[in-house]
Amino acid sequence: MIFLRRQVPLLITMITGLVFAAQYYVPHPASELLLTSATKWLQIIGGFALVLGVTSLFHVHAVKIRRKEAGWGYSVILYASTLVTIVVGLWASGKEAIDGTMTAFGWIYSFMMVPLQGTMFAILAFFIASAAYRSFRARSREAAVLLVAAVIVMMGRVPLGEYLIPVSGDISQWILNVLNASVRRAILIGVSLGAVALSFKIIFGVERSYLGGGKE
Amino acid sequence: MTEPCIRRFAGTYIHPSSFIVHPCLLLICLVASPALAQEVPPVLSIQAPEQVQVIDAANDGGGALTVLWASSPADGPALRYQILLAEGPGPHDPAAMKVVAEFPSQTHYVREAKYGWWTRPATPEFHHFVVRSGKGIDLKDGTSYAVTVASVQGEARAWAQPVIADPEPNWVNWNQMNNLLLALLFGGVVFASIQVAKRREIFLRRIPGLDAVDEAIGRATELGKPILYLTGAHDMSDPSTIAAAVILGRVARRVASYETELLVPHRDPITMAVCQEITKQSYLEAGKPDAFKEDCNFFITSDQFSYTAAVDGIMLRRKPAANFFMGSYFAESLLLTETGASTGAIQIAGTDSDHQLPFFVTTCDYTLIGEELYAASAYLSREPVQVGTLRGQDIGKAIILGVLAVGILLATAGVVMHADVGWALDLFRDLK
Repeated sequence: MIFLRRQVPLLITMITGLVFAAQYYVPHPASELLLTSATKWLQIIGGFALVLGVTSLFHVHAVKIRRKEAGWGYSVILYASTLVTIVVGLWASGKEAIDGTMTAFGWIYSFMMVPLQGTMFAILAFFIASAAYRSFRARSREAAVLLVAAVIVMMGRVPLGEYLIPVSGDISQWILNVLNASVRRAILIGVSLGAVALSFKIIFGVERSYLGGGKE
Repeated sequence: MTEPCIRRFAGTYIHPSSFIVHPCLLLICLVASPALAQEVPPVLSIQAPEQVQVIDAANDGGGALTVLWASSPADGPALRYQILLAEGPGPHDPAAMKVVAEFPSQTHYVREAKYGWWTRPATPEFHHFVVRSGKGIDLKDGTSYAVTVASVQGEARAWAQPVIADPEPNWVNWNQMNNLLLALLFGGVVFASIQVAKRREIFLRRIPGLDAVDEAIGRATELGKPILYLTGAHDMSDPSTIAAAVILGRVARRVASYETELLVPHRDPITMAVCQEITKQSYLEAGKPDAFKEDCNFFITSDQFSYTAAVDGIMLRRKPAANFFMGSYFAESLLLTETGASTGAIQIAGTDSDHQLPFFVTTCDYTLIGEELYAASAYLSREPVQVGTLRGQDIGKAIILGVLAVGILLATAGVVMHADVGWALDLFRDLK
């Protein structure tokens, strides 16, 4: 049993890990075909996994409705909107428009989903303002440095700022191109090495906790 | 081979047959005014490209041919090169061959192409062009093609003898061997470090964000509120999600021992399934299998802002005492963390998304920056194997820093001392 639960998954991980690492160095169409097939397999598995996800979603909200937990009314709306969208989508064969005429499915997408997504994204501007207000209060030396750098960059990025302080554009560019870019690259080097090391650990079975636990 | 008698005459292209001019016309020209005779520019000659070679483009998946030819002293703004192509072994008349590319003569050198010195097909001074399938060209593998290069100046053209070559797919991309070598070297360093770590203890610097994990869980336990853990926007094929799932295992073990409620909303069903197993195992290892709830890991949606809205709702309704944001994030990062901050939760983030780091730093109590996300598993477990990997990463970084320092010194010395260090810098560029 341990063999099936532990050794077999580790063996599959190692073989597929090594094969697809090697695939990067093989430009032959056969290698490309292998990658394309594997990607399609992943998409198919992902499609089946969605059933798991939807089951989980419905289960969680069914429990909420049954127990009349706080906000259970939203769960009813979730059920209703999901079912309506599925029915309308099947009715329209998944098409948003037929012969240039918008279907009900397309209407739901264009006039419900897109505005809701846009609204969420628009809230970001206010969140940035409130986060900036809290962060830029110069309560410590680091916060003061952040405040000064942010003010210079903001002045350098808007026409009025550059008009009032002409040198702010150059300083802003220097901060972005030298200080910011070098730190970002340093972070990326660390991230890349970390990702490669993690990949090695997974391929060679050193890191096993993603299989569901630590030591045997 | 230059076609004989190709000459530019008063800006007009004259084919050899056109030189058979009627004697009367010649006579008229001779007796015409001297001023007219003076306006005729001198006859220019144009050199055909030399040492033209056409080979299968190396290190590719087929459907491409590499054309190489020697640079000429005449290379300059006025001279252009054309690449001519015809299907079949020929013989082909270059004048009838299809022009597949035309460019100024002082471009397309081998030195400009992304070849390492170990795969360079000719000296850096040679010209180089790769004919690929696409945009009206369809190169079939195993089919012979005639290719040549023409020099063009104004209306005059001169071309070399067409060369026959067949495109073929290759099994190894030798251009990427530097990458493989460096990866193997780094892998070797990592595994050697693991062996060292098994023999003796390795010092780990303090990571405040990870030290705060216990504090956050303890606080949630005291307040009797749940802990919210997010695994990021990507699926299990992304290393940052795997790292987030691994950290979840460590966090879940401590959560289980304190019997605190854990909420893990997901954007990807496969990640949810994996995290369910990890959490279950953690509860088993903590000796609290009864405390495990199957639905502590639950799926919301794959849609970015729908997921964000749902998680924000959970934060506002359930008021978790601790929020963990591990993995990869995009525009939703600030929407999540700012909402979390407004509820007064202790927040710990860990991400390799460098573009989102400022948002996490400004809104979270602790942030694991970049590689610290990958170090978290080792830091929390303190297992020699994991800690050894961290030492390997540090050695890798030290090597990169050393190479950067040498490169900077060489480039600076080259400028200050007017020394030619281009070969050394080229070597660094090739090996990177």
